[in-house]
Amino acid sequence: MSVLSGIVFWVLGALAVGTGVAVFRVDSMARASYALAVSFAAVGLALLLVDLEFVGVVTVLMMTMEMAVMAVFMVMFMGMNPALMPMSMTHGTRTPAVLAVGCFLLLGSGSVLVPWPTREGSPAADPTASLGLALMESKMLVMLTVSAVLFATVVAALCLAAARTRYDRFGDDLRSRPVDPIRGGVGR
Amino acid sequence: MGEVTAVGTGWVPLAAAVLLATTAVTATADGALLGRPDRPWAEAARLLRQQRRTTLAADTLLGRGAVLLAPVVALLMVAVVPLGTWTVADLGVGVVWFNALDVVLWAVFWLAGWGANSALALVGAYRFLAQALAYELPLMFALAAPAVAAQSLRLGDVVAAQQGLWFVVWMPAAFAVYCTGVLGFTARGPFAAPVSADVAGGLAAELSGVDRLLLAGGRWLLLVAGAAFGVTAFLGGGGGPLLPGWLWVLVKTVLLSLVLAAVARRLPLWRADRFTEVGWLVLLPVALLQLLVVAVVEVL
Repeated sequence: MSVLSGIVFWVLGALAVGTGVAVFRVDSMARASYALAVSFAAVGLALLLVDLEFVGVVTVLMMTMEMAVMAVFMVMFMGMNPALMPMSMTHGTRTPAVLAVGCFLLLGSGSVLVPWPTREGSPAADPTASLGLALMESKMLVMLTVSAVLFATVVAALCLAAARTRYDRFGDDLRSRPVDPIRGGVGR
Repeated sequence: MGEVTAVGTGWVPLAAAVLLATTAVTATADGALLGRPDRPWAEAARLLRQQRRTTLAADTLLGRGAVLLAPVVALLMVAVVPLGTWTVADLGVGVVWFNALDVVLWAVFWLAGWGANSALALVGAYRFLAQALAYELPLMFALAAPAVAAQSLRLGDVVAAQQGLWFVVWMPAAFAVYCTGVLGFTARGPFAAPVSADVAGGLAAELSGVDRLLLAGGRWLLLVAGAAFGVTAFLGGGGGPLLPGWLWVLVKTVLLSLVLAAVARRLPLWRADRFTEVGWLVLLPVALLQLLVVAVVEVL
């Protein structure tokens, strides 16, 4: 690793940790969400340093999108709209602090004390291609299961959250025309 | 046309100058089509002289940061677009890079509306997110079509793969969906609901002076950056007779931007909630079918 990429790594690392801390220090939901987005983006950009271009850029893409969607949900579902007012980002302070420090010490000491195996073989020439192969070949079953579970979760969450579902729209006869305050864009 | 050479980040100022000049030409020409070529310049001069208004309990950091980010995103978008045989960064994942940046615009537009602590601006900001949720997935699959056909995410390879036949000829649906996406992420024409007059200017309602100039100018820069990427991905990049490659890229970019701006002006405004259904039920299947066609053609 050259000096320049060393500097870039430490700057990105400090940015990721700093904005990560800011998530709990700021008093606004918008600032907390986007501090988290910046933190994730810094991690994504750090991945570029180890030539994981695709994974790095996709991390930035997914995390920005995720935080934007979080901004939608926080205002939708937080009662009495505290999301729009200054508020504390922590619930209870002592227990989580003890847990967090404990976890950090446990994992940190583990990563320092465990005898790491030496590297066998060499990294693939194209890590993105080997990631794609792993996802589509040996780990295909896992990915298929996970995506089905995730999709079911999304649908279930939407059904629970939606104020008007199909029986509100159609009444008892689901084949009739729906009664909507505003008709959809494709003429239904 | 030969291989694309990466000229390195030292040339970013020149890339910014080229982007600004192209946008200035486009905006002036667009004004000329309306009979007022000086209109963008007059508006910019007016905003530069205007004093900044502030609102009560505004989130200045996020609001001003967001409008500042709009032109930066446009510049980062063109950083991977080959200008003839040169490109600032010959990124192996150029298509994904562009895609990630147009998602950053979700943050830019929402935060621009959030910053002012104003109800109408926040309504505009949420309208943008509602539209974005509907145009983004079709846009992603439309972007995947040229990448699949070129068998590479590198924009230089995408241009090289179009030397025989421009992608727009055999993937017109992907191109149409892509152009819809560009109008979406610049909040223009049918997608101008986030900044429309019925909510007093929406997410730009409280913006004034330099902030307003950065957002308005940023939206023009983004239109040109989106057109430059569209030219690269679908219209053969620098390919063309007589003129050198870099000039063809600029000419095509200006023309595509002008067509997009002119078409956008002629289309009626789409309600954000009604467009959502169109995005998911029409654009997404169309983009997926196009991708299927491209993939089958590539395999055969």
